[in-house]
Amino acid sequence: MSASTPPLSNEPVRGSAGSSRHTPIYALVGNPNCGKSTLFNALTGLKQKVGNYPGVTVEKKVGTAYSQHGQPITLIDLPGAYSLAARSPDEAVTRDVLLGRRADTPAPDRILCIVDATNLERNLYLVHQVLDLGRPVILVLNMMDLAVQAGLEISVDRLEKELGIPVIPCEAAHGKGLVELKVAMSRTDLPLPRHSWTIPAPIAPAVSELQASLVDNNGKAPLSARAEALLLLTDQDTVRVAGSKPLGSKTLAILQSWQKRWEAEGMDWAASLVGSRYDAIGRLCATVVRTGVKDLSSVNTSDRIDGVVTHPFWGWMVLGTIMAVLFLSIFTLAEYPMTWIDDQVAALSDWVKSAMPAGDLRDLITDGAIAGVGGVVIFLPQILILFFFIGLLESTGYMARAAFIMDRLMNKVGLNGKSFIPLLSSHACAIPGIMATRTIEDPKDRLVTILVAPLMSCSARLPVYLLMIAALVPNDRVPLMTKVGLMIGLYGAGFFGAFGFAWLFKRTLFKGEPPLMIMELPPYRLPRLRDVFMHMIERGGIFLKRAGTLILAISIVLWFLASYPKAPEGTSEQDQLVHSFAGKAGHALEPIIKPLGFDWQIGIGVIASFAAREVFVSTMSVVFNAQGEDDEDTTPLRDALLAAKWPDGRPLFTPLTCVSLMLYYVFAMQCISTIAIVKRETNSWRWPLFQLGYMTATAWIVSFVVYQGGRALGF
Amino acid sequence: MAATISLSELAVGSSAVVREFPKAGPAFLRLREMGLLPGTPLKLLATAPLGDPLEVVVRGYRLTLRRSEADAILVEPSGR
Repeated sequence: MSASTPPLSNEPVRGSAGSSRHTPIYALVGNPNCGKSTLFNALTGLKQKVGNYPGVTVEKKVGTAYSQHGQPITLIDLPGAYSLAARSPDEAVTRDVLLGRRADTPAPDRILCIVDATNLERNLYLVHQVLDLGRPVILVLNMMDLAVQAGLEISVDRLEKELGIPVIPCEAAHGKGLVELKVAMSRTDLPLPRHSWTIPAPIAPAVSELQASLVDNNGKAPLSARAEALLLLTDQDTVRVAGSKPLGSKTLAILQSWQKRWEAEGMDWAASLVGSRYDAIGRLCATVVRTGVKDLSSVNTSDRIDGVVTHPFWGWMVLGTIMAVLFLSIFTLAEYPMTWIDDQVAALSDWVKSAMPAGDLRDLITDGAIAGVGGVVIFLPQILILFFFIGLLESTGYMARAAFIMDRLMNKVGLNGKSFIPLLSSHACAIPGIMATRTIEDPKDRLVTILVAPLMSCSARLPVYLLMIAALVPNDRVPLMTKVGLMIGLYGAGFFGAFGFAWLFKRTLFKGEPPLMIMELPPYRLPRLRDVFMHMIERGGIFLKRAGTLILAISIVLWFLASYPKAPEGTSEQDQLVHSFAGKAGHALEPIIKPLGFDWQIGIGVIASFAAREVFVSTMSVVFNAQGEDDEDTTPLRDALLAAKWPDGRPLFTPLTCVSLMLYYVFAMQCISTIAIVKRETNSWRWPLFQLGYMTATAWIVSFVVYQGGRALGF
Repeated sequence: MAATISLSELAVGSSAVVREFPKAGPAFLRLREMGLLPGTPLKLLATAPLGDPLEVVVRGYRLTLRRSEADAILVEPSGR
């Protein structure tokens, strides 16, 4: 790294970490849907690191770009924001990094503001707030080609002159303007913005007082303090995020006394601040933008597509088709790579078995470690496919429409339309579904969606349902419709369970303002496959890194519990399992699960299937010593189950027990991988444990009521 | 000044100018920040298939909001 550091800016007062740094830090700031990720990808390529801001579930993306002279530039991709008066944790992080409130991220030396040139007015609102900060800013006018198509004529020179900062027209999607942008980013003499706008007269003294307090009491630079003072006045119910320094008590007192005074006078200070910013933006746009005829009623392509997509009939058809394709792809397309992974894991484990002498170490490697890694990797196909589709839906603009269409229904249980796709995907697997909740900005909504997602019947429950249906209606001549009807009933129970609990949680644990549905419906655009693939690979990597290790560790523990203590030499697999900790736990569990109609042998299955629900089936075949010719054939197992008896000779798998067991699996949180991903996504053990508790309790109560009720009715 | 109606009463496809707006509440501040201010022209483009939320064009982009917010926004219709 070069030792000669060019002077970064002429800013009078610098952040504490600023003086001795070698690599300049740029923050990339912009509205959602303005092409920010595309620009970030184009500038940094594969040199990106994705992590979390400590304490919040907001993603931190940092990359390295290179200046024209080959010197590295650190680029922080801040979460998309419409305003620095934050309404979500994402926006709060953007605000706090820019204001230097976060200890984990240095305040950026310079700011790269990217705007959608086709939608200049609203995009400039955020820029207007950023310019207040008094740091060097480069303005990137993205999607210039689309602006030209839309008949907008933007005078870049005039905009540069008005704002006093470099303005770079750009088409990030086609790589145009990047060289000019890098040249600007390499400049050592970036000017400070010439930014003046009239703060409404009654508010000005409050801004000065707050600014002085932030400088005196909190050691802020004067311009940054002024920007912060202005933001404090529009932050009505400040969203606070963990890891950000709270406001000093003296400043807070000043703020509150002004607010009290204005409230008494009936003044709407926040609205008048927003209004004067838009006035300034309006004047600016009037001088730099020339439109052909500004005609609100003109119909463009996006309007025409929206006419179909939001149509009372066709809208549902389009949504239904897209969701069916998405769902079937996760469900069926993933099948092939998943089988392949299964086969590779089995082959690897066989190879180790043939290469190593038998013993505990070999078992640890094959049945513990290799099986555990396999159990993690097996999720990748579904995750990659789901995020490929989500990336596609997001970059085309349909994602926002799906939320738009579903909002009314989701609103009935207190969620908003954005919870729809995560919940739908959870029907394939809760892991990608829970990972997809990142698009939900409202933290309460996101948490509720995460909490209920595993109730949506996932593909891992299918083998359990199929086995129990086979045992329940053993007669092969029972009409197919009966079995299909049972299956629909089980899926329905999970679905209504999820929505019922969402409704309940929104009314009890997470009471508060109903979530807003104020968002942009971006114009339809062709997807950029490069961004879609990068997004997909990034999600897969995050899953492996964040959840994979935890899942692996827990699977090894579960393997240990099923394999130790060792039974005497020469005992069968069945006896070994019965002899193990898991077998003993099954016995210990019997008094608790007997009221549900389960004996200790089923108890072993319940415990073992924490690794994954479908493990219930293979565990049952070991416990009842009924291995078929191949895994697919459940007939011997079904017959063994039907032959199983309680010690007093009553049949164990009565129809009622089968129903009770199926319902138990509908509601119970029988999946360590879900627990691991929820732990990672919520940053605490509190929520996965709560989820484990409420779901298991519900499962127990439902099974208890059904089993005992059924017996009372004479079944 | 011509008669005002609430935004949720506006016919789909027609244009209007925002006249009045509730003061309090994070929803209305955010709507202002999204560029929907008294005096701003808008057009009600569509509603979701179930009638809620609404899709309006404002400052050249499409914005959604629920009827619960639209009820409280008074607009002056300016014809199609």
